[in-house]
Amino acid sequence: MDLSFSPQEEAFRQEVRDFIAEASPLLPKNLGTPEQARRSKDEYLVWHRLLYKRGWVAPAWPKELGGAGWSVTERYIFATETAKAGMPTTLPFGLGMVGPVIYTFGNEAQKKKFLPRILSGEDWWCQGYSEPGAGSDLASLRCRAVRDGDHYIVDGQKTWTTLAQYADWIFCLVRTDPNAKPQEGISFLLIDMTSPGITIKPIIVLDGAREVNEVFFDAVKVPAENLVGEENKGWTYAKFLLAHERSGLASALRSRAALMRLKAIARKEQLDGQPLVRDPDFARKLSALEADLMALEFTELRILSREAKGGKIGAESSMLKVVGSEILQRISDLAMEAVGYYALPHDLSLGDNEAIGPDYARGLASRYFNQRKVSIYGGSNEIQRNIIAKAVLGL
Amino acid sequence: MDFSFSEEQTLLRNSLSRYLADRYAFEDWRKFTRAGEGRDPAHWRQFAEMGLFAAPLPEAVGGLGGGAIEIMVVMEEFGRALAVEPFVSTVVIGGGLLAKSGGALAEEWLPKIAGGETVMAFAFAEAQGRFNLADLATTAKKQGDGYVLQGQKSVVLAAPWADQLIVTARTGGSQRETQGVSIFLVDKKGKGVSSRDYAVTSGLRASDVIFENAPARLIGEEGMALPLLEVIVDRAIAAHLAEATGAIAMLMNATVEYAKTRKQFGQPIGKFQALQHRIVDMYIAQEQAQSASLMANLKLDEPDGARTASAAKAALGKYARAVAEGAVQVHGGIGMTDELNVGHYFKRLVLLETLYGSPDHHLRRMAKLDQ
Repeated sequence: MDLSFSPQEEAFRQEVRDFIAEASPLLPKNLGTPEQARRSKDEYLVWHRLLYKRGWVAPAWPKELGGAGWSVTERYIFATETAKAGMPTTLPFGLGMVGPVIYTFGNEAQKKKFLPRILSGEDWWCQGYSEPGAGSDLASLRCRAVRDGDHYIVDGQKTWTTLAQYADWIFCLVRTDPNAKPQEGISFLLIDMTSPGITIKPIIVLDGAREVNEVFFDAVKVPAENLVGEENKGWTYAKFLLAHERSGLASALRSRAALMRLKAIARKEQLDGQPLVRDPDFARKLSALEADLMALEFTELRILSREAKGGKIGAESSMLKVVGSEILQRISDLAMEAVGYYALPHDLSLGDNEAIGPDYARGLASRYFNQRKVSIYGGSNEIQRNIIAKAVLGL
Repeated sequence: MDFSFSEEQTLLRNSLSRYLADRYAFEDWRKFTRAGEGRDPAHWRQFAEMGLFAAPLPEAVGGLGGGAIEIMVVMEEFGRALAVEPFVSTVVIGGGLLAKSGGALAEEWLPKIAGGETVMAFAFAEAQGRFNLADLATTAKKQGDGYVLQGQKSVVLAAPWADQLIVTARTGGSQRETQGVSIFLVDKKGKGVSSRDYAVTSGLRASDVIFENAPARLIGEEGMALPLLEVIVDRAIAAHLAEATGAIAMLMNATVEYAKTRKQFGQPIGKFQALQHRIVDMYIAQEQAQSASLMANLKLDEPDGARTASAAKAALGKYARAVAEGAVQVHGGIGMTDELNVGHYFKRLVLLETLYGSPDHHLRRMAKLDQ
């Protein structure tokens, strides 16, 4: 056993740090502030474009398709350094979701048409999975696509579609065989968001931001060439994508950065004339949280090392999601507790009370409320536990 | 032993809950909390007419001679409706302090409180003080036959609607000393008072208030107010605990109903054991919360009233959070939306958990009172 990195890996780390130092001044000023959730399309894309220029935008993609060509360890170093420096993350919908589906299951024409535009950021993708009646039970989805000559006609509704208001394309799970078993009649379709018959309706969430949307399809004509893989085999691709979505390593690193911010707040806040961080009750809660986080960091490293040796990540990603989401929620909770009464004016759904209380209190209540989503989305934590029970423990 | 309500108390609850159902529905609430001054003043007048404000006040000053139970009944219903009216700061804090200290000030203001002619906000918190009622940098000094105030108060709930402020300040002693704390009544629109008004979570409004030589009238005894302050804040805590149980009841109803009707995998999600156990834990928390509220309210005048109030505040904070977070989780994505009332009850319970001290603060106070 050995926890150290090789000299080459350390040199790579320095390269990443240099890049971050150059990129930081070019990033939007509102990063890390409450307005972050209200970024414009362009603000979202600044980091993406900088990485693209450097050839680093797609760490996990194969090199010949425009990936960074990094080892698993280099990917981890990159994630560590960017998280530590508080850099944004690229959005997962193109790079982490539909991209891998297209290069794994799509045809040559689709790869040529879509992959370069995902890398460059020219196309913004959103995810058409959940429906009002199909959440945890995704396979019960009803949005229909009927083949009509060289087109499909799509009718139905998707929901919880993150940032659909900016999207150029949506990848959708649609039902193409209503008579088959639920999982066997689903196809994976790429739909141009400018197609006639698509309407988007915003959903405002607890922090007041328009983070998600409903997307309606009314007789939307989709060229048959936009079908990925085989008709009625979409569930296989959907599961592949979900596993990719969940394998987001380095959630512990993001939590580590959030914990550092929380500690900084606890050093500034007062309790009976002392810094809050010295209050035994608060200090104990901080330590308990950090102990769980440190264990999670090592759990991530163990999975990483297994992956580096060519192992496949399966249900471990469900475990990372459960632990990682609960830690994120606890950090947001303690941060809100740390600022006491001045948490209360900082519910952004009421507008930004910028000048009220200490500047670090801004957005903390909103973040706590918003973080409730992390145990719900991407497969609720109940579903993740079901997966572990079945796939890992054989229960 | 008898936990049942009197006929008058039941009547009070029924008439209030009918009014709230008719005139204070969630859709109305959404509208008036988000527009203009953030409330509909007509409700305040109606509540006065219904006798809500008079109910707990002594008969000698125009009250109906009730007490903690009447306040509890009102606050449970207010909690169910997410009410924003500053009943507690006006009637429980203002009315309570004035009734206990008596004198000309009480004679002048108690009838106005009973009649709904005044709105009072309680300015006690300071940025450095956290939840310690005695940690005060605001000072008062004698001037003529009154006092003038100097200092700043944080997150004064309902201050934008108030005509009077009840303000804690030091007339002596050092910053966190027991001695030297006094309580004042200050004309909100008077000279030397300025404020920055803003919205706070779950539909309330508040202000940061600055006093610069603001004229103030002393309530009770100079420098000796901390014990009285603690007694009255415990009453406010008990009232807000009742409010929390109202909000918890609404979340429980919504969650059970949703679990019965929302279908996934071919059956109501309430049939899944993982969710059943979570919802059962929420139910147990609800029952424990109800007990905590009752014990705080019933024991206010007992020797262990203060310790009981702290115990109830700490315990109920934990139960409320379990119910609120559980309600959102069981609802899934829809529980995350601004459109559904679930998130707003959740936010109110988070606010109530902080108000007058976090669970940690009250656990420490409990331990101290045991020594």
